[in-house]
Amino acid sequence: MYEPEKDTSGVNPGRTGNPPIEVHDLTVAYDQKPVLWDIDFELPEGSLTAIVGPNGAGKSTLVKATMGLIPSSSGYTLIYGKPLDKQRRNVAYVPQRESVDWNFPISVMDVVLMGRYPHLRLFQRPSRTDREIAMQVLREMGMDAYQKRQISQLSGGQQQRVFLARALAQDASIYLMDEPLAGVDAATEEVIFRKLKELRDRNKTVVVVHHDLQSVPENFDRVMLLNLRMIAYGPSKTVFTDDNLQRTYGGRLNILSQMVEESRQQRFVRESDY
Amino acid sequence: MDILIEFFSLQDPNIRFVLAGTILLGISAGALGCFAILRRRALVGDAVAHSILPGVCLAFIVAGGKDPFMLILGAFVFGLLSMVAMDFISRNSRISPDASIGMVLSVFFGFGVVLLTFIQSTGYIDQSGLDDFLFGQAAALVGEDVLVFGGLSLLILLITILVFKELKMVSFDPSYALSIGYPVKMIEFLLALLMVLTITAGIQAVGVVLMASMLIIPAAAARYWTDSLHIMLIIAAGVGALSGVTGSFISYTAPAMPTGPWMVVSTALIFFLSFLLAPGRGEIARFIQKKKLSQRVACENILKTLYAMEEEDGRFDRVRPWKELRQRRHLTKHRMKRVVSYLLKRQLIEYFPGPPEGYVLTETGRREAKRLVRVHRLWEKYLNQQLQIAEDHVHDDAESMEHLINSEIEAELRKSLGSPELDPHKSKIPYEQESKPKTGGGGS
Repeated sequence: MYEPEKDTSGVNPGRTGNPPIEVHDLTVAYDQKPVLWDIDFELPEGSLTAIVGPNGAGKSTLVKATMGLIPSSSGYTLIYGKPLDKQRRNVAYVPQRESVDWNFPISVMDVVLMGRYPHLRLFQRPSRTDREIAMQVLREMGMDAYQKRQISQLSGGQQQRVFLARALAQDASIYLMDEPLAGVDAATEEVIFRKLKELRDRNKTVVVVHHDLQSVPENFDRVMLLNLRMIAYGPSKTVFTDDNLQRTYGGRLNILSQMVEESRQQRFVRESDY
Repeated sequence: MDILIEFFSLQDPNIRFVLAGTILLGISAGALGCFAILRRRALVGDAVAHSILPGVCLAFIVAGGKDPFMLILGAFVFGLLSMVAMDFISRNSRISPDASIGMVLSVFFGFGVVLLTFIQSTGYIDQSGLDDFLFGQAAALVGEDVLVFGGLSLLILLITILVFKELKMVSFDPSYALSIGYPVKMIEFLLALLMVLTITAGIQAVGVVLMASMLIIPAAAARYWTDSLHIMLIIAAGVGALSGVTGSFISYTAPAMPTGPWMVVSTALIFFLSFLLAPGRGEIARFIQKKKLSQRVACENILKTLYAMEEEDGRFDRVRPWKELRQRRHLTKHRMKRVVSYLLKRQLIEYFPGPPEGYVLTETGRREAKRLVRVHRLWEKYLNQQLQIAEDHVHDDAESMEHLINSEIEAELRKSLGSPELDPHKSKIPYEQESKPKTGGGGS
């Protein structure tokens, strides 16, 4: 991923002035098939943003590429104006629940403690304070009674809460969450939405990949409509319109996705690739 | 008996060497194997173990004999080479990982066998015992070997303990680890390195063919006993060490017996015992759980049947004969006896010697029966009303669900249905409030 030199060493305005997240010209391709085209966006402090779009629109990919977890063909992310790699502790990522093996021999407490790892050095074990912080976030998610349970003994909603608790334990200012509300029960949904709003009100920046269109306008103040490219982005009130949704979810293949398929079949390579 | 004392008194330095070597190997392979199986890399371990044979042979040719340092170097290089090859094939072709593992394993091992045959045909002076590397020969461990191979095991163990936190994180959730800036690639490489080293440490005692089982089996056995990673590591290490002791002992008592294969057989035995006996997860525990559940279901069904009889004729004081109960529930005589005696013991039903002889629900029994009927009918109502399933299709499902619905789910059902009066078959849903059963006075 390209990271501009001048920003690492040059003027460092700190937290003021620069937006929490800037993403520039992000393009991602899997196996020659482009899945995200030229994404640009900035997120303001104290905002709660939903990323929505149909299956295969690249929602998860956008989050992962923003975090630098998968290689991107072009583009870069800035966190408070600085390259991501210097700011990772400040960005908490909540992976999709299916991305881990829930039969892994590990307790709820241990998973949440992982949120404290960015604050620990190599070889260093979590301290009493770290445990207290982990306990505190478990309480906030209503999961303190389960701290000693092995994670496979939890319901889907409870597992999701544990993942969220781990992100909270990281004590970051930016939160990127991949479908934290997928397949959760009503009680968990309520707890999570309340927590998301609380984070926003504490001036954190929260981005959530979301699948339930109905709950977008009342819960999120910003929305990103995504389908391979950014269809629309802005305050929910102005952007979350029937017209934009139609353009995002519109049934027939548009020319862009036809080209995507074409380039895959022809195993297209760029001049620069070889 | 004498031989036991002779062995465990450790008078013979040879025994001390062999024991130290095999125990250290068992510990490090067991502990590291946990990561291999949890990351689903067990087969990779097997492929690596087979692939180091050509390295061992080349080291023999270059050094002109068995030199422990050269052996380790050769084994290590070929172990890494095989890992790189597997990774390269599955990354750059359409061949799936399992196929690439199979290919690398057999090609490298085949090459190793070719070299082995070559060495034997050229008549090296010191070639004796080279085929020990196929199945191991711990008895051949002498002072220097133990220092080298045992030291290697200790080193592996030490590194594993030091970076335990990092290994745990990367094994459980690599994408989160990456997101907080962990050098995931490096840690994964370190794990691969440790695995190759462990296998290398085992070539003398266990041999390349069986070494993978020392990684896999102790860890698989340990998983049965715990839900905590560090305890799993400790148990697996213990199993490995124990197998080292048994393997050495057996090959000591019967000198023709090889140590490595006996180590593997002992781990397999421990695995089998774990598979049977482990609390909660073992087969016996699961069998008992199933039995208990089926007993509970049978008991609950009898309570329900008694309640249904009361509902039919509205008589709470009438005793219900044994024969009638059996007719309705189709239980074997033996089973029925067990169920009834359990219900009597728990004071859920009462026996009257008659005449007429029979059983009647106690107050607690009736409350429990009522609860069962209630959740059964609530579930039917839920299926019918909210999931639009026809009323003649809901009964069978409710028959099993009634045994699983706890008070939490019952409360949720009532909330979402608004505590309905009747189920889809127009039967009354019995709630707790009207618990005084004085209303059903009518009857015969």
